[in-house]
Amino acid sequence: MTMRANLVIFPIIGSIIVLFLLIPIVICLGLGAPHVTEVFHDREAVKALYLSLHAGLTSSLLITLSGVPLAYSFSRRKTTVTKVVESLLEIPLALPHSVAGIMVLVAYNSRAPIGSLLARLGLVIEDSYWGIVFAMAFVSAPIFITTMRAGFDSVDVELENVARTLGASGLETFFTVSLPLALRHLVAGFVLSFARGISEVGAVMIVAYYPKVAAVLVIERFLGYGLSAAMSLSAALALISLVIFVALRLVTKRGG
Amino acid sequence: MKVKLELADVYKSFGDFTIRNVNLQVLEGEYFVVLGPSGAGKTLLLQVIAGIYRPDRGRIIIDSADVTNTPPEKRNVGYVPQNYALFPHLNVRENIEYGLKVRRLDSGEIEKRVREVADKLGIRHLLGRDVKTLSGGEAQRVALARALVIQPRLLLLDEPLAAVDPVLRWELRDFLKSIREKFNTTVIHVTHDFSEALALADRIAVMNKGEIVQVGPPHEIFYEPKSEFVAWFTRAGNVFKGYAEPKGPGVSVVSLGPFDIVVKGNYKGPVTVMFRPEYAVVAREKLESSARNEIEGVIKDYVDEGALVLLKVSCGGVTVKAYVTKVSFQELGLKPGEKVYLYVKASQVHVIR
Repeated sequence: MTMRANLVIFPIIGSIIVLFLLIPIVICLGLGAPHVTEVFHDREAVKALYLSLHAGLTSSLLITLSGVPLAYSFSRRKTTVTKVVESLLEIPLALPHSVAGIMVLVAYNSRAPIGSLLARLGLVIEDSYWGIVFAMAFVSAPIFITTMRAGFDSVDVELENVARTLGASGLETFFTVSLPLALRHLVAGFVLSFARGISEVGAVMIVAYYPKVAAVLVIERFLGYGLSAAMSLSAALALISLVIFVALRLVTKRGG
Repeated sequence: MKVKLELADVYKSFGDFTIRNVNLQVLEGEYFVVLGPSGAGKTLLLQVIAGIYRPDRGRIIIDSADVTNTPPEKRNVGYVPQNYALFPHLNVRENIEYGLKVRRLDSGEIEKRVREVADKLGIRHLLGRDVKTLSGGEAQRVALARALVIQPRLLLLDEPLAAVDPVLRWELRDFLKSIREKFNTTVIHVTHDFSEALALADRIAVMNKGEIVQVGPPHEIFYEPKSEFVAWFTRAGNVFKGYAEPKGPGVSVVSLGPFDIVVKGNYKGPVTVMFRPEYAVVAREKLESSARNEIEGVIKDYVDEGALVLLKVSCGGVTVKAYVTKVSFQELGLKPGEKVYLYVKASQVHVIR
């Protein structure tokens, strides 16, 4: 009892952080919500939102397709090499986002060696849709890989061993045992990387200011026309993020 | 009898575990137990047989065919890991069906074989259940059903009784024994429990630090251990180092210091002798028996094990263990400090070189 009584100060300190985080969210949604519908009449905003969602989905799909096999390899082959590669892949999380954008641009612009090859395939990233996808993927892929690897780590290897002895090939085992058991992590990783992608500003602005994604448009409106001009679009973006957040909680809670 | 499985010079290192120089033959229809302490490499041995790991060296032969490089899905070997590893996203029926579905059998055949195996194992009422709701004993039966439904050439069981309630263990032991008859299969069962091995095995392989140190029928392992390790691990009880001198035809005397022991066979030099506590006859008075070794001592302590009482008798500084029944213990009025005579037949003293 006395221990608990002593620590009563903890929730008091903690509630300051809770308020600090919640107040802006509530106020923004409160002020912006009445104007959210205005977004539907705002052609530019609708276009920007659509672009954000579209590029975000493309980026997350590409990350998922390549990240699932990679995360599985990380989880099942814990060698020094994989561990080093794994920590290298977390670097984008630690970079300032503008710097991340510069890196993507330097490496993949159409005059750079790799970029020129991509350009021949029609993948020019400067001020293009693919530039947005690249910037989003660069900053959100580490989140997907980490989440997905944790998912595969949670699958008991003996389940796979048994499946093999029962006659399933390696690939069959992966699709009938490993992946279904890590499905919640896959969905969570997809949603998290998607949320991360559509909220990205810094990297996207540097690689592809145009076409404008919603998060970039919010900055442009704020800088050009002030706080109230950015409000409705901000509220709309906040709502989308909130929906994603709730969806994620539902996914991770079920059976968790 | 036909050889079902043969391991020849098998070596494998994986993580902290190693198996070394393993040479084994398991016969068709045999209940074969691999006995050893944890860390001996028993699980790794099973996984190498199942094909989950490829040996670093050596060959694995099943039904006269070399399967060393055959992947597990082509070996048709049933594997039941210690934690049973039931697929948590599938129900009981789907777990059992798994091996049949990957074999692309038609649904009628699948249904028939699942019903057959479920009836034999008495788990038909469990088929619709979520595997997370099963008790330990139920989960074990389901795991066995899943392994047996593919009609495996070998059934590999890793510590099948370790996760089960001690009270249920006796019952499940009999159940495991019945598996072989019901399914007409060859079983390789891994355990660290020597009483389990004694109760189930046709033959036992004792494993220590990655090596098979002795193979033989249970009585041989228990009464004629080839090494001090095997004697110790099977709780031989009385293991003493001494010096042997031949004495007459086929008989030798081993001096243990405070007393001598007569053994059968011709030995000379340092030896280790061993006899199990159940082979020592306890008396309050000297018996007229020339054919037996007589050891005089004083009861130091005893352990009541239920039906039997284990006496620890101090014989000139050497502690000798002897079992008496509860009834004899009471009738003889045995207690610490009492003088007793222990009698052991020369033929029941085993000499470890």
